[in-house]
Amino acid sequence: MSSHNLEEQFQQKIDQDIKIEPKDWMPDAYRKTNTRQISQHAHSEVVGMLPEGNWISRAPSLKRKAILIAKIQDEGGHGLYLYAAAETLGQSREQMINDLHSGKAKYSSIFNYPALTWADMGAIGWLVDGAAIMNQVMLTRTSYGPYARAMVRICKEESFHQRQGFESLLVLSKGSEEQRALCQDAINRWWWPALMMFGPRDQESTNSDMSLKWRIKRKTNDELRQQFVDMIAEQIKVLGMTLPDPALQWNATRNHYDFGEINWDEFWQVVKGNGPCNKERLEARKKAWEKGAWVREAAQAYANKKNTGTKAA
Amino acid sequence: MKQFIKKLYYGDIPDAGSGTTPSNDQQPRTDWPLWEVFIRSKQGLDHKHVGSLHASDAQMAIENARDVYTRRQEGVSIWVVESKHLTASNPAEAGELFEPAADKVYRHPTFYNLPDQVNYM
Amino acid sequence: MQQALLDYTLSLSDNALILGQRNAAWCGHGPILEQDIAITNITLDLIGQSRILYQYAAQLKGGDATEDSLAFLRSEREYKNCLLVERPNGDWAQTILRQFLFSCFQRELYTQLTQGKDSTLAAIATKSLKEVSYHCRWSREWVLRLGDGTAESHTRLVKALENLWPYTGELFKGADYELALGLDPAMLYTNWLSAVQSTLEEATVSLASLTSCFMQTGGKTGIHTEELGFILTDLQYMQRTYPSCDW
Repeated sequence: MSSHNLEEQFQQKIDQDIKIEPKDWMPDAYRKTNTRQISQHAHSEVVGMLPEGNWISRAPSLKRKAILIAKIQDEGGHGLYLYAAAETLGQSREQMINDLHSGKAKYSSIFNYPALTWADMGAIGWLVDGAAIMNQVMLTRTSYGPYARAMVRICKEESFHQRQGFESLLVLSKGSEEQRALCQDAINRWWWPALMMFGPRDQESTNSDMSLKWRIKRKTNDELRQQFVDMIAEQIKVLGMTLPDPALQWNATRNHYDFGEINWDEFWQVVKGNGPCNKERLEARKKAWEKGAWVREAAQAYANKKNTGTKAA
Repeated sequence: MKQFIKKLYYGDIPDAGSGTTPSNDQQPRTDWPLWEVFIRSKQGLDHKHVGSLHASDAQMAIENARDVYTRRQEGVSIWVVESKHLTASNPAEAGELFEPAADKVYRHPTFYNLPDQVNYM
Repeated sequence: MQQALLDYTLSLSDNALILGQRNAAWCGHGPILEQDIAITNITLDLIGQSRILYQYAAQLKGGDATEDSLAFLRSEREYKNCLLVERPNGDWAQTILRQFLFSCFQRELYTQLTQGKDSTLAAIATKSLKEVSYHCRWSREWVLRLGDGTAESHTRLVKALENLWPYTGELFKGADYELALGLDPAMLYTNWLSAVQSTLEEATVSLASLTSCFMQTGGKTGIHTEELGFILTDLQYMQRTYPSCDW
């Protein structure tokens, strides 16, 4: 069969919403796009453990400590599901990790912002996980089977993340004046970076988008961002806090909230590596991996010894 | 700002202009082997494939599976098998493998019309 | 007697909390994702144990004591954890070995408690024993992998053993509150040693040079190493900075 035919059949499957599975024929570009996106997603989960991880030792109560640890551990699990999904496309996890460490592969810029106070744990859960969930719910229907299945599992677990974040802010919002100030300050700092998580505006897209054609993605950046703003603008009323955007206003004609312009210069600076914590995050990941090298080698050496031992016996 | 902008999505960050130069010193491969994980979610049900993970040996694979895939009591039993030992059917042969079953309608109970008195059969 | 029971319960919860606090530092920094998740499960078990124990201690203490006031608002000299659990994480070998030595001890201790006179502690011990058995198994397997893995891992494990062994004697030296309750930990020593020794032997590591080593003590009665102050600085930061708040 000619590759032209194969490509046609492939597109037909996509159009009929039939999932693509690892051993199925797929265009090289589809494989590459998925490998890149899934591994970036995995890196985002793993790097995302770091800002919150900084607060485990300082969590204000034992209950919050346990919740925070469980949540961060989940993120590690999510990274693992995603690495496994990407591995079905033929790239080893080790290669993906090397690409992250060398700077070749990227992760979500949001984790290059610092987690400065305890209230940031709530704001990250509510806003950052909230924004991620919008994307992830859509990705449960993505065309590549292993990615879609990983996302289903992740989404099930993530809903606890956003809820615990909001609940933790709710407690602050009902607390002392200092606690309310912590809460508002964290929302102020995380709001715009959370909006940036949806990526550039649709109108700035200059090339035809294969991701939509291949149904890797099923909604545009602006659609998802609007959905997010509409949701948060309502939820914040429950907290009795405000969003740091004077332009935020209900638009009855559009049936959506209008909101202000994102600072795109900042967005690109952080993508380029100039965010407040880019270096620290990557260093932390590299250090963990390098310091773990002898541990991984030892386990492998031990397994090899035992294997030969059993065979000889 | 003159920037070639490709559409971005969560987990889809542009490669270019990161300010870091990709290094070429690839380490030799030392990955622990990959294992496929199957979980029985409750007594009486089949083990079902849930995903994969890395482990240096079978015992560790079981324990990693426990920590990774049953954090919320999703299982009562675990199977692991090293991925390289799995043989899969070839999707290109799906036609000859599976389509011949399509016209054997007489294998299904609904093929047979019975009088009402015995139709619960 | 009531005071002894309170002190004893606090010593159990302090052990679990401080080791949990130590292990938690691995979260996000483990040698491989699978093991990052694994040790974090143990951390969660330990924090969970500390919580039920502090809740019981709060009940014994009465007044407005809570799990959090006991965990966060005592001073250095009031913590009764053994010195072993406050030892630094060091490398993976030291963390693993600390876990193994402690979990084996905890297994003997909780087994003893399941037979004890205090029904609440017996119930807590019964519940926790399953977790602890798994911790023993997991850390034991790692001790074997490291001891009998590569030359480097072997050296690191031996180093960890030299670092940690001087803190094991204290585990079996009864404090007043233990003896008052008739719970002399010296009774646990033989079983503990045989479990530890057989695993170390299998891991090709010898205890011979350590048998007469000097044992550090004091944690159980509040005389800690300098490490504890720093642990508490982190642990208590929020509660001290924002007193009397709900979180």
